[in-house]
Amino acid sequence: MRKVMTGNYASAYGAKVSRAEVIAAYPITPQTSIVEKLAEFVSSGEMDAKFIPVESEHSAMAACISASIAGARTYTATSSHGLTLMHEVLIWASSARAPVVMTNVSRAMAPPWSVWVDHMDSVAQRDTGWMQFFCESNQEVLDTVVMAYKIGESRDVMLPAMIIEDAFILSHTSEPVDVPDQELVDSFLPGYDPEIKLEVGRPMGFGSLVRPDQYMEFRYKAMKAMDSAHERILSVEDEFKRAFGRSYGGLLDEYECEDADVVLVVAGSAAGTAREVVDSMRSRGIRVGLARLRAFRPFPRDEFRTLAKRVRGIAVLDRSYTYGAAGAFYTEICGSLYPLVERPTVKNYVAGLGGRDITPGILENIFKDMIDTTERGEAAEPEWVDVEGLERRWR
Amino acid sequence: MTKSYEAIPLTPISSEPSTINKTGLWRVFYPVVDLEKCKKCTLCWKFCPDATIELVDGIPVIDLEFCKGCGICANECPAKCIVMVKEGEG
Amino acid sequence: MIEVRFHGRGGQGVVIASEVLANAAFREGFEVASFPFFGVERRGAPVTAYARIDTRPIRLRSSIYEPDYVVVLDSSLMKGVDLLNGLKTGGHVLINYPDGKDLNALPSGYRYYTLDATSIAAENQIGSKVLPIVNTAIMGGFARICDLISLESMLESIRDKAPVKKDANVAAARAAYERTKEVVI
Repeated sequence: MRKVMTGNYASAYGAKVSRAEVIAAYPITPQTSIVEKLAEFVSSGEMDAKFIPVESEHSAMAACISASIAGARTYTATSSHGLTLMHEVLIWASSARAPVVMTNVSRAMAPPWSVWVDHMDSVAQRDTGWMQFFCESNQEVLDTVVMAYKIGESRDVMLPAMIIEDAFILSHTSEPVDVPDQELVDSFLPGYDPEIKLEVGRPMGFGSLVRPDQYMEFRYKAMKAMDSAHERILSVEDEFKRAFGRSYGGLLDEYECEDADVVLVVAGSAAGTAREVVDSMRSRGIRVGLARLRAFRPFPRDEFRTLAKRVRGIAVLDRSYTYGAAGAFYTEICGSLYPLVERPTVKNYVAGLGGRDITPGILENIFKDMIDTTERGEAAEPEWVDVEGLERRWR
Repeated sequence: MTKSYEAIPLTPISSEPSTINKTGLWRVFYPVVDLEKCKKCTLCWKFCPDATIELVDGIPVIDLEFCKGCGICANECPAKCIVMVKEGEG
Repeated sequence: MIEVRFHGRGGQGVVIASEVLANAAFREGFEVASFPFFGVERRGAPVTAYARIDTRPIRLRSSIYEPDYVVVLDSSLMKGVDLLNGLKTGGHVLINYPDGKDLNALPSGYRYYTLDATSIAAENQIGSKVLPIVNTAIMGGFARICDLISLESMLESIRDKAPVKKDANVAAARAAYERTKEVVI
């Protein structure tokens, strides 16, 4: 049934229709209403799950890992400082091969204190071994929670997944969302049934010490699993489309890229605004396109290589920054394109930090700057967009 | 011997509890309880970091198969009824 | 696309007002999006919220700078907050304003409507005597000034959204619909 709801409620409904069995979470702005809604579902009996109130995000993730190892489907949600407090146990979750699903309401890190969107928190968890999905709409948030269980629990994957929801722009925006029928979700997503699980009366130790002669083999397995996740994301989305009639473009969601000269890479909610800008510029005969980075892990390396053969310039918008280097999306895209003999011009634009609005005007100016840069064919340094005190105006 | 990545589980799993590891072998000093002086306060039982002390009628019985000889029980005992004795002596 | 901006204070239900509108427009068959500018909210602090209404799915995720409607839940904000900032020429302004008081010193070029939502909320015992919650009354007034939303859809949306006192909130909105009037400056 289609109804108007926030991104946070869409997340909670995603966990509900996926029949999460254990929820352990700690509230933090702007994630709180996810936890509140799930607590409500559990207390009213609408959801048959165990809700574990914990004293920190670190404990929330520890509880989810344990429950997952015991064979339960688990869910949690957090944001910014809560996510970074989890860092240690995030790596534990993926290495224990516990397919936990978590929503991270992506919010800027402090100081300065900010409760608004950027992707610093999520990007900083890039190397934890989690799949990471950036969402553009509340519908995508709900649907991706459901898909993430199916992908993560696949026997050839067995990895946790992070659903990234932009603070306020999705988390607190109310828009129409279709909550799929429970029977339909049940037939799409069977119960979680791991090969090995911790059981009462059958004591086992998980995650014990291994010596240097065996450690790398476990890591190699995790690497292979993330490679399998790439295939699973595509096949599960095909299946999802057949069952529910919706799809989101796999790992790299291309819009008007077929004949584009210059494309913009962007992740998260700003992609919606970018679609409007692409349409508007195309109506004036300017051939631009959007490549929405939907999965950051696994990284769509092959997709970028294919795209790079068709376009002359790629503008990469990062809503975070890796100090002393450049935006993380930019460096990874450049890295994946390096083996190509002929490469398009790539330029990094850093924008929208700490909730700074990414307007259609800013995106159009980025497209125009990228067209100029491509024509000049020169190497370009990362550019910070819309910073007061810099000469250049972007609005 | 190193096993192929294909022959190992997803994550290291031991089917036996950690009690297969007889940590008593690590010991240099072992605790000796003077039952005459014991006040049955149970502090040794509470403090033992490896849970090797069992209380029998309130009196500590130490499982020397697992006691590593750390001496915390002797240190905590208010009645000073536990002494640490070097292995092979006493 | 129609864009609406709401001004009020923490505790008056500004964000819920924007959600009530989105929900009502959705009932009318429109695509909608409503969102707050969320400060670190405190009771009494100025709060802004927004809504978009369109016939096609709303993809735009940036803020609203040139609204078609401005809804003011607390007239004391007229001092200190630039309520008309960016309002389109000919745009509509709905203000919660005490009955019998003259609305002065507002720039021309816009259409103004007033409604004593505070009294209506108090009459229906919504919120406390010192701080009546005016959001449902003001949305009744919005149904009056905006042709896209019928009173019935607005009342249904209010019934859906009000956590308690559903009948009182609906009654307040209905009364507000009757008592909203255009003011010629």
